[in-house]
Amino acid sequence: MKLKGTQILLEVLKEENVDIIFGYPGGTVLDIYDQLYKSDLKHILVRHEQGAVHAADGYARATGKVGVCLVTSGPGATNTVTGIATANMDSIPLVVFTGQVPTGLIGNDAFQECDITGITRPCTKHNFLVRNIEELASTIKEAFHIARSGRPGPVLVDLPKDVMATQTDYDPANVKFRNYEVAHKPAPKKMAKVFDMLQAAKKPLIITGGGVILGKASEELTHLSRKYQIPVTGTLMSLGSFPGSDALWLGMLGMHGTYYANMAVSHCDFLLAVGVRFDDRVTGTIETFAANAKIVHIDIDPSSINKNVTVDLPIIGDTKATLKDLLRFLEEHHYAQDAASRKTWLDEIDEWRERVPLTYCQNGEVIKPQYVIETLHKLTCGDALITTEVGQNQMWTAQFFQFDRPNSFISSGGLGTMGFGLPAAIGVKCAFPDKHVVDIAGDGSIQMNIQELATAAQYNIAVKIVLLNNGYLGMVRQWQELFYEKRYSHTDMTYAPDFVKLAEAFGIIGLRATKPSEVEAVLKQGLSVNKPVLMDFRVSREECVYPMVRPGESISQMTLGSREMIN
Amino acid sequence: MEKKAHVISILVHNKPDVLARIAGTLGGKGYNIDSLCVNTTTQNDISKIVMTTAGSQATITRIENQLQRLVDVISVDDLTNVESIYREMVLVRLNLTAQNSEPVKKAIDMNKWKVIVSGDKYVIVEITGDKTQIDFSLARLESLGITDITRTGLIALKLED
Repeated sequence: MKLKGTQILLEVLKEENVDIIFGYPGGTVLDIYDQLYKSDLKHILVRHEQGAVHAADGYARATGKVGVCLVTSGPGATNTVTGIATANMDSIPLVVFTGQVPTGLIGNDAFQECDITGITRPCTKHNFLVRNIEELASTIKEAFHIARSGRPGPVLVDLPKDVMATQTDYDPANVKFRNYEVAHKPAPKKMAKVFDMLQAAKKPLIITGGGVILGKASEELTHLSRKYQIPVTGTLMSLGSFPGSDALWLGMLGMHGTYYANMAVSHCDFLLAVGVRFDDRVTGTIETFAANAKIVHIDIDPSSINKNVTVDLPIIGDTKATLKDLLRFLEEHHYAQDAASRKTWLDEIDEWRERVPLTYCQNGEVIKPQYVIETLHKLTCGDALITTEVGQNQMWTAQFFQFDRPNSFISSGGLGTMGFGLPAAIGVKCAFPDKHVVDIAGDGSIQMNIQELATAAQYNIAVKIVLLNNGYLGMVRQWQELFYEKRYSHTDMTYAPDFVKLAEAFGIIGLRATKPSEVEAVLKQGLSVNKPVLMDFRVSREECVYPMVRPGESISQMTLGSREMIN
Repeated sequence: MEKKAHVISILVHNKPDVLARIAGTLGGKGYNIDSLCVNTTTQNDISKIVMTTAGSQATITRIENQLQRLVDVISVDDLTNVESIYREMVLVRLNLTAQNSEPVKKAIDMNKWKVIVSGDKYVIVEITGDKTQIDFSLARLESLGITDITRTGLIALKLED
């Protein structure tokens, strides 16, 4: 069958079970958009290409599928870079299609030409420039395969206009591409070592990471922890991979981790790290990190091993398959924890938990941001998909919204991209129209991609924005308070739009709470309507995120904030 | 940790950009490439890259792992820890003058350098050898009046698989 490039693109997308794409048209993709016009593939028109990538990213994080976007050449393509780098740092599978000028013009500085494969080489898992029609179908197939196999990541496919307008014979059965899937290799000797280390341990601990969510290994990890009573802490990217309501859950570790999680890491004698990469925000000073522990590190990417933390036993493999092997080995060899020593360890952790619980003080007439998040959790019974922006809003969400299910906390962890939350929420809501999807935002971040309110309004994508409005770039202000003697250099954001009026101007609902007594009512009202809603919570201006490990300190050295916070 | 030169042999799919990806991966992470040699293998769609870089064993392992992540990379092999042979090649043009033509001819004969082109005004010789041999030869040629040289990157081959 003879098909045009544009038709082949849509055919392959159908074969890859793509049900939605996020995009923005322009000169070099006019032919593709013309084909879309005749197709029933769902397309969401964003208002900025960065929004398209974050929306596809949110969709991918919530579903575990590959997110797809389509933009034009030149500025359309360069606008995707922040989104691609965001997905790359968090290993999120995306395929980003960019238009390109006709092949004859490439290199001529043509109108809206840019070398997008060159620009994105360091921030994609891989990228392609399709040079002729014959390689179009196989390249797209390969792009999807690369995006989702192994350690996932974003793949960019650059599509010159003339290639897409050319015809060729297309038969899906004849499309061949390279296979990168590495077969899982069981490592029984390593399992035996883990067994011995676990047997010798008196204070074992598990760190779960984003790789547990990406590898769909939550069930195995939870089983391992519960069966052998091993407490679990986790990275920001792991939230939801182990039930937040479980007594064995210690909360997040690291810079804004709980006191008891960081103390447990610092005192444990055996550490099983699964799908983590030991980011500097997690470890604090490397020398003192889990200094008393034998460390076992399971990760699919060999380049993560011994990159930051030198471990005693690396196991390279898929998190799910490896945990399954481990569970089987422990069972077959009748591992049983010493109940007395395990109780002593869990009691020690509970003492830390009682001494410095994760808390805040809601008093007076000013809304505390943590209270808003807790109330949101209560009203949704935790059954919501939460995106965040970056900064204090993100850390408070990580601390105070208890995530019980994987793929329910959607946040830019590695790159820390402000402006991520709103477009990501749009992508999530497109995947789960019947779920509560809430972007917990700050007043700085929300203004970075505020234009996407128009997208939400146009398609009635009923995302809810919980705006923790403190009139500051809160996290930067917090650092200025603590480390720069309160010289608030350019972090005051008091000059901001009236967010309620702004919401209304975009055609969505705007609500506001200025007192603690109004919080619950506003949230209830916001959650009850099937429309996009922006809720502006005027929160305590100078609230800080605690505990906090100062940069360059050991994670056992935490700043706990004011006395009243500790009680 | 001790920093030393490592010769890394990389098999890659012969795709556009593959060299840029490899150079970018190293450059982007702050590693320097000291010498580089690239060509196709007996299969046209597979190329071999031989690269010299310096670092501690931990750094080299990190480099190998980073390279392994690239989609177009088939295999990465550090030849430094196994028995291998090393060669470089240099082409040298010497302008002949009344004063130097005799000593040049003598040196060529003595050192068994291969003459590629020989004219009245110049001579081009080809020298192959390991790094020490080439450095030694170039030092001798220096005094005879080198006009221009082109030196390849290091190539290497393991003695056994």
